[in-house]
Amino acid sequence: MSGLEILYFIIPSAILYATPLIFTAIGGVFSERSGVVNIGLEGIMVVGAFVGIYVNLEYGAAMGASVIWLAILAALVAGAIFSLLLAVAAVSFRADQTVTGVALNMLGAALTIFLVKLIYQKGQTDMIANPIRRFEVPYLSDIPFFGRLLFHDVYSTSILAFAVAILAWFVIYKTPFGLRLRAVGEHPMAADTMGVNVAKMRYIAVLISGALGGIGGAVYAQTITLDFSASTIAGQGFMAIAAVIFGKWHPIGALGAALFFGVAQTLSIAGNQIPVIQDIPAVYLQILPYVLTILALAGFIGKAIAPKASGTPYIKGKR
Amino acid sequence: MSNRVVNILVPVISIIVGLLVGAVVMLVSGYDPVKGYIALWNGIFGDSYSIGNTIRQITPYILAGLAVAFAFRTGLFNIGVEGQLLMGWLAAAWVGYAVELPRIIHLPLAILAAAVAGAFWAFLVGFLKARLNVHEVISSIMLNYTALYVTNAVIKSLSDGGFKTETVLPSATLRAQWLRDMTDNSSLHLGIILSLLMVLVMWFILEKTTRGYELKAVGFNQNAAEYAGMSVKKNIILAMTISGVFAGLAGAMEALGTFQNASIKAGFTGVGFDGIAVALLGANTPLGVVFGATLFGSLKYGALNMPNAAGIPEEMVSIIIALIIFFVACGYVIRLGLQKFGSKKEGN
Repeated sequence: MSGLEILYFIIPSAILYATPLIFTAIGGVFSERSGVVNIGLEGIMVVGAFVGIYVNLEYGAAMGASVIWLAILAALVAGAIFSLLLAVAAVSFRADQTVTGVALNMLGAALTIFLVKLIYQKGQTDMIANPIRRFEVPYLSDIPFFGRLLFHDVYSTSILAFAVAILAWFVIYKTPFGLRLRAVGEHPMAADTMGVNVAKMRYIAVLISGALGGIGGAVYAQTITLDFSASTIAGQGFMAIAAVIFGKWHPIGALGAALFFGVAQTLSIAGNQIPVIQDIPAVYLQILPYVLTILALAGFIGKAIAPKASGTPYIKGKR
Repeated sequence: MSNRVVNILVPVISIIVGLLVGAVVMLVSGYDPVKGYIALWNGIFGDSYSIGNTIRQITPYILAGLAVAFAFRTGLFNIGVEGQLLMGWLAAAWVGYAVELPRIIHLPLAILAAAVAGAFWAFLVGFLKARLNVHEVISSIMLNYTALYVTNAVIKSLSDGGFKTETVLPSATLRAQWLRDMTDNSSLHLGIILSLLMVLVMWFILEKTTRGYELKAVGFNQNAAEYAGMSVKKNIILAMTISGVFAGLAGAMEALGTFQNASIKAGFTGVGFDGIAVALLGANTPLGVVFGATLFGSLKYGALNMPNAAGIPEEMVSIIIALIIFFVACGYVIRLGLQKFGSKKEGN
């Protein structure tokens, strides 16, 4: 493969792998910015993936290719409902956020496989007939180099992911809602004094993270695995958390981190077809996202500082 | 109601509510919960074979629970037990088959290797926290995945492209014929003795040594500990390292007892995450961990009998365990309820 061909191969594939991470990581940004650590993103993605595949299988025959949007919508709702458990526990019941997140991950993994066995009488679903398909963006794909690179084989969900990231940036940094969200995550007592409803803001943020995490799971299942089993989502949610941190809790940063992890995943899966890369053992590429996250936190790649109140329940009247 | 009673009531109520919600889930799904719980019971205590395997399942749970509990007591959340366990598993299996020594040296050496490997992986977390201020939850999650991929790669190269290492030599195995004979050829092994010993070790370190007092002091209040002249950084690193020893030993149980080798894994074993549940249920005390491990280990093994005996997917039990953790985590509300209930009674 020539250099250009390698690029034409890696970049679309990296965007494919990054797309679910972008959705989920943006969700993580909302939740963490409000002061709630969402370790349960993995479990939320599992639920989203299951619901997405279930809806796709159930209504695919009747709806054809457009079923993917119904599946994504259903996953959005399911993810939000599932994340309500975290919101209730972490915001209202003052539970340990990390422990609740772990419980969410366990519950998501167990509940979905339980349902798969209940509905299909086997450990995994059938393959979906209507996956999310690539398409060529008219006109834009005619641009030399970038057209071929970015718009030739693109998924509509990838475009949506970029839009969500930009929208998230706008909401968090340019709207009153975003200001309140950040205030609640940095100094909830000050925000409370100024009349911001801390609990309400955190509920909304966790529900947004659940909705986006659900979408992330449904997109992953409908573009990459095309069925649902216990191994469909294996660490994607945790990688999204890594993207949140590596992206320094900023939506555009998280987008960039997710894209970078997408490249790493592509190389670890398809690297054996690419010269130079094929000489690097796959394990180095597999651990790259995680090691980089630690290095970023350790201050080797610019200091990553979490929202100040992240991880602590807000108790009125307590100093 | 005294604090002590409330502390015991919270997990008990959580277990009961978890089992009840589990029954509702079974009922809604069209299964018979009574049949389900009978199948679960028989899967745990049905015969000597089941009892042997249940105890075998409890063994790593005790150690994983100790690892999480020890870290919790010193103010740290070790969510990285899973990774430390995998490192210990690989180290024990490798020493178990690669060197030839008399049993009296070989077995302890293989166990020690697991302890060192687990300790090292946890030391990294402690070091990152103490020196570079990296939150232990995030670094240990990242190190979990690093451990998964690294151990898989090492196992692949050790076995020349295969998916598991050679079987550990008889001189390094934890299996004992008399235990197997006693339990109808179950895979019960000597590890249970080691894990119960470690329960004593944790109790001894925390309650009977100066170092343990310091570790707990740092966990309670870093500033006060610092003011009293204790080195917070050193204690954080030490606490994580000791926690990693327990986690590494849990890996040794799998390597030298249950599986007799190390194999490539598609995902985590779950033992490390269940360890969080065990510690939480046991209120982070050594004895509590034994109870927590017994409950969750039994449930987990007994669940395997549910598909055959009652036609219910074994994941049912994982749902129940997740619910129990959820309820324990929401202990604040249960406490609040108990207090209201208690004060009402006294008022009358």
